[in-house]
Amino acid sequence: MSKIKCQCGHENPYGTELCEKCGRPLSEKAKKSDIVDMRYEGSSRRSQTYKSSIVDKIWNFFSSVKIGVSIIAAVLIASAIGTIFPQKFYVPATTPEGYLEYYERLYGTVGKLYYELGFYDMYNSWWFKVLVGMLATSIIIASIDRVIPLYKSLKKQRTRRHPSFMKRQRIFGEGDVRNTKESLAKAEEKLKAMRYNVKTENGAILAEKNRFSRWGPYVNHVGLIIFISGVLLRGIPGFYVDEAMWLREGETRNIVGAPGYVLENKKFTLENYTKEEAEEVFGEALDKNGMIAKSYTTDVTLYKQDEGALPGSESLKKVKDYAINVNKPLKFDGYNVFQMDYKLDELKNMTFHLVNKSSEESLGEFTVNLSDPAKVYDLGNGSTVNMLGFYPDYDGIKDGEPYSKSPVPNNPAFIFQMNTPDKPEGEKSFVAIRQTLEVEENDYAIKFAAAETRNISGLTIRKDKTLYILLLGGLVFMIGVIQGMYWQHRRVWIQEDTEGHLLIAAHTNKNWFSLRKELDTLRETADLPAYIDRQDPELDKPEQEGDEEIWT
Amino acid sequence: MDLVTISSNLLFVSFVAYLVATLFFGGAIKKSKTEKAYHNSKWGTIGLVITIIGFLSHLGYFITRWAASGHAPLSNMFEFTTAFGMMLVGAFIMLYIIYRTPSLGLFALPVAIIIISYATMFPTEVTPLIPALQSKWLFIHVITTVIGESILAISAIAGLVFLVKNIDLTKKSKSRFWIEAVMYTLVLVLGFVVSSTTFNVMNYEAEFTYIDKDQAPAEITYHIPPLFGMNEYEAMTPEKMTPWVELPPIINAQKLSSLVWSIAIGSVLYVLLRLIARKPLAAVFQPLAKKANSQLMDEIGYRAVLIGFPVFTLGALIFAMIWAHEAWSRFWGWDPKEVWALITWLFYAAFLHLRLSKGWEGKKSAWLAVIGFVIIMFNLIAVNLIIAGLHSYA
Repeated sequence: MSKIKCQCGHENPYGTELCEKCGRPLSEKAKKSDIVDMRYEGSSRRSQTYKSSIVDKIWNFFSSVKIGVSIIAAVLIASAIGTIFPQKFYVPATTPEGYLEYYERLYGTVGKLYYELGFYDMYNSWWFKVLVGMLATSIIIASIDRVIPLYKSLKKQRTRRHPSFMKRQRIFGEGDVRNTKESLAKAEEKLKAMRYNVKTENGAILAEKNRFSRWGPYVNHVGLIIFISGVLLRGIPGFYVDEAMWLREGETRNIVGAPGYVLENKKFTLENYTKEEAEEVFGEALDKNGMIAKSYTTDVTLYKQDEGALPGSESLKKVKDYAINVNKPLKFDGYNVFQMDYKLDELKNMTFHLVNKSSEESLGEFTVNLSDPAKVYDLGNGSTVNMLGFYPDYDGIKDGEPYSKSPVPNNPAFIFQMNTPDKPEGEKSFVAIRQTLEVEENDYAIKFAAAETRNISGLTIRKDKTLYILLLGGLVFMIGVIQGMYWQHRRVWIQEDTEGHLLIAAHTNKNWFSLRKELDTLRETADLPAYIDRQDPELDKPEQEGDEEIWT
Repeated sequence: MDLVTISSNLLFVSFVAYLVATLFFGGAIKKSKTEKAYHNSKWGTIGLVITIIGFLSHLGYFITRWAASGHAPLSNMFEFTTAFGMMLVGAFIMLYIIYRTPSLGLFALPVAIIIISYATMFPTEVTPLIPALQSKWLFIHVITTVIGESILAISAIAGLVFLVKNIDLTKKSKSRFWIEAVMYTLVLVLGFVVSSTTFNVMNYEAEFTYIDKDQAPAEITYHIPPLFGMNEYEAMTPEKMTPWVELPPIINAQKLSSLVWSIAIGSVLYVLLRLIARKPLAAVFQPLAKKANSQLMDEIGYRAVLIGFPVFTLGALIFAMIWAHEAWSRFWGWDPKEVWALITWLFYAAFLHLRLSKGWEGKKSAWLAVIGFVIIMFNLIAVNLIIAGLHSYA
């Protein structure tokens, strides 16, 4: 495509609206407008210029702010829908039928529909991911489409602008002053004092301030892209570990997801607030709410397996003791171990007596370790007890057999065979909590004596190498928004035209009121023509009666 | 006097100060004949001084409560909402000093007053921190979020002034309907305050047993007459009102009863106000907004978003993620409160793009600012009370 040559001699890229150098309107649209569109300095943007090929069409689609905002709106609405009912990961179910049952039971037909449309797992759905992908594409393309021409155009701008450019600015004034030279000199000095960068070109001034704030949006978009790439990286193995484990008091186990590391749970403590410690301040709240938890702590020791040692061998090197608390994870080698959950008082050991039913005399006692029960317990006086069956989580009889619904000892039950000197062939007894069943009348019985319990800590193990990328993305984004939003790019043009009138024009990308305040200060020092803000007809009324109430 | 008592007295002082300051801002608008006089009015300056005194007293409440409890008072609905009211006033003071517009004060302070009244309807006793909240991030994350949200709220107030001024209230239109709807909603909040306070003073209590959504038996106490009953409820205090209908287990009938009472009493209030004024409430306020310069209100609204958006991002997303990673082991978990913070952020991002590139200024921009405030309030009120998640500490 051909270049556009401006009357001032500068060659502009095809599609330019305002001459990059002198600002003369080039397109028909710009020539007809009263106030010229200064958003991208009237530069030639690819998306506004080339529209024929398929690449152009894709480019133009994604560079459109309208499309960008529509994608934002789509993500927004989808996110909101996802909060109507609990998401999949907060629902206590594992199978598709389980989920369906849950949503239908609690939320009826709407709940069923919510499940069937896939809204119950909104944020992992393919189309939600596609939307986020489109958003990222839009951010990249829309930024490139704008930042390059904007940069070129701001770089090439000339100090003296064509009057047709000046007259099409939102803030514009023209008139005659007593001494043009003196006015220009004073204005230059004052603008410098107001921290403007001032350039002069025989009878023309361009004062510019905070151009860097124009790059803010593009910097923050870079930050967002870094953030989104960080999130994408989590899909790559090794970048991200997320595991959970239950560790009982006294247990020492390999840490799930962190090969080579072993963790021992020495003690789990749940502490509640007591009235003694803060009666005066917290008394009312404690009365109202009952118990309020103060801390969940797991005292642990972290070990590392020696390099090259065989798995399972006892070559552990202690790394450190630590108390894992909520908000205080155990940190090592890029891993974090968090206190997430707990169970109190799980049965650990159960102690029983073997008694003679008629004499109620004990033949001795034995202790069953519920996590590793023995087959035979020798009571030492010729009596033994054999464990024929162990049902850690007994839940009734199924198909003629006792049935355990889980391997966790919530409700242990046993089948014991009691071999005594009287009955060497043995008697069988089914023993559960508060329940004993016998096939035929026995002479001996197993009696429960004592139980020992322990607590379990629910721990989460995380390793997230992407965190620093995410943090960097956040930081760059913050720099970008602050740069773009807390400063304004302002320009003031003052020049003498060919007939000796003085022209003044000003532009800012935002906060016009503040720009006008600066111009008013400028006019107090330098004798300059009055200006008007052509988009604010309510302002600039002449001073009138009633002003005497001014109080400063 | 112990610290907790001093603290609540200071809060009361600030509440009264905001009320008085509102009157002075009203005076500033009524007395000044011209735009320039309006900007430099004595009344406005006195109003500002009283507002600052109120703000300092409010800050005093915050500091003494912190000293008493040992943690930043930002851990439940009462404390959070009170801090929101405080920061709203703080943001107003900042923008008033830049732009000197009494009209902004006349709308901002009443909104702050309504917010503080709303806050005191929640349990106000000092509660010890549960383990998840015991972190320095409680203060850093919450205060930054509150500041960000309150600056964004100022943009809605500037938008409101703009709309009340510029909507033609003599002719029937969509805008006229919706601006009156905003007024009505504000009156409904007052309805909530009035109904809660009334039944509180009467010491109303009705107890029920019911079956919750996990089919477990539970108990509940109503502090307002139970219009609706919980799933399979049985009254333990049968002399009190019998609920009209029983609701399914997923609906909290107690909260719904409270909502219906608020709407009923709020509506009665609204009708009374309309009968007294004999015109829409927006029209009552219109003369007070007329002196504000539209262009200036538009700029204040926009500027508030520009200042508030980065602060909100930092507090509600970045600090939130850092703390979530520390406390819950993941920086993001799609918890409803998190999602609504993201929605708020996306909304203001869209707002900025529409304004920058599509030239949505004036009325459109003002409406967007008001909607943004509605989203923030939704996240504060509805998400905490209706959609239960990890953040429901109230």
